[in-house]
Amino acid sequence: MKSVLVQCEQLSVTLGGMKVLEGVTLQVLEGDFLGIIGPNGGGKTTFLRTILGLQSPSSGSVRVFGLPPGRSPGRIGYVPQRLFFDREFPISVRDLVMMGRLSKKKLFQHYNPLDRQKSDEAMQLAGLERLSEHRIGSLSGGELQRALIARALAGEPELLLLDEPTASIDPQMKSSIYDLLERLKKKLTIILVSHDTSTISRYVESIVELNVTLERHDLSSVYRPEGALFPNSL
Amino acid sequence: MFPEIFAFDFMRNALLAALLSSVACGIIGTYVVVKRIGFISGGIAHTAFGGIGLGYYLGINPLLGVIPFSLLAALGIGLLSKKGNVAEDTAIGTFWAIGMAVGVIFIGLKPGYAPDLFSYLFGNILTVPTSDLWMIVLLDLVIVLVVWLLSKEFLALSFDEEYALVSGVKTTLLYLLLLCLIALTVVIMMRVVGIVMVIALLTIPAAIARLFSRTLPGMMVLSVVLSALFSLSGLWLSCLFDLASGATIIVVSGLVFFLVHLVRFVKASLTAQ
Repeated sequence: MKSVLVQCEQLSVTLGGMKVLEGVTLQVLEGDFLGIIGPNGGGKTTFLRTILGLQSPSSGSVRVFGLPPGRSPGRIGYVPQRLFFDREFPISVRDLVMMGRLSKKKLFQHYNPLDRQKSDEAMQLAGLERLSEHRIGSLSGGELQRALIARALAGEPELLLLDEPTASIDPQMKSSIYDLLERLKKKLTIILVSHDTSTISRYVESIVELNVTLERHDLSSVYRPEGALFPNSL
Repeated sequence: MFPEIFAFDFMRNALLAALLSSVACGIIGTYVVVKRIGFISGGIAHTAFGGIGLGYYLGINPLLGVIPFSLLAALGIGLLSKKGNVAEDTAIGTFWAIGMAVGVIFIGLKPGYAPDLFSYLFGNILTVPTSDLWMIVLLDLVIVLVVWLLSKEFLALSFDEEYALVSGVKTTLLYLLLLCLIALTVVIMMRVVGIVMVIALLTIPAAIARLFSRTLPGMMVLSVVLSALFSLSGLWLSCLFDLASGATIIVVSGLVFFLVHLVRFVKASLTAQ
């Protein structure tokens, strides 16, 4: 039997007096590739943050790997939204990716050859080996996004969470990121948040819509262009 | 004239103080700039004036009053803004003013004129006693050791605090520790440029270094070098033209800062054409 990685029961989150999530019940099994769609402000990012332990629920329960959120840092890879970074930060792609090893290390421990090897492998997987010594400020949006995915992969996670990985990236780059996810889904459990409904429905295995409450969708109904759920976001 | 001036004992101490303080200044200044906590640093520095007043009132070496005072300021500002639901700039402003006020009250309580307090506010590198140099060496060692031990955590904290937290790093604790290191750096810099101008030497060399660095350690090395160059050239010019040493160091740093940005601006506009 497949093990349950994420288990939410009647999860509600309130932010500044506003209900952002309400009564969300959801199970993510090992090997799943779940797409979460929904409008801006629908609680998609908050849902990921709750799984990560960055946001505490106001009611209901969340278990991640059978533990409360935030207790399994070494088993989760997180790809946050790209917009929140200081692009001018003096850090090379290699050092950024190496940061993914942080969850595997103890305080005061320095990175060792094994960490370097795992980072190299993650960069190779993301097609970044040529850029490893470049400063992140010199990367294109798509390259930076792949670097953030490589950072998450360097930590050898079992569960990968991605928050809008294809927002404001040109179409060609988008497909290269989805190709990467396509390869990863064989080895990892993935939760992907996006408002790019039509594209992600081609890759994910199941899809839910978050608009404060959760709605399940039959993948085939989202698939067909004429049956698309959110014509505006196409 | 360069070698002649440095033949004096006080000049040798000044030279050593400039070089030794640059180590802490460049390393910690790098974090201050990339994490954009310049104003917290200013707040810690000004709050430390309370410690000078306390030390003066008790009749001990003011530096001994400043170290606990600035550490308390660092923890107070950090905790108040992280945990106390107080806006960061409010926390900074409150500590800033209270620290100065406490300092003024202590100094007023002690009868007589306080002649060397001015040097703590605006620095006087020419009066650094040898005992203070040893204190600077000790604080430098503490800073270098802590930064070396926690380099990967501090990098993650500066670049992406949330990611560090998700990776299992105790970010609040680490942030408070970083503020404490800033407090120690403030103590070191106090002798060189004084409380009021510490913030300039913490930010200017690192801000220039940032433009030319690809990695954080590279930025630190370059900041240390720039900080030493500014301190030494400022010191030299202040002797040459009989100016206040701390202020001259700051003006030199500021001029180079503007010059670097001017050159970059002109270059950028030329390539744009």
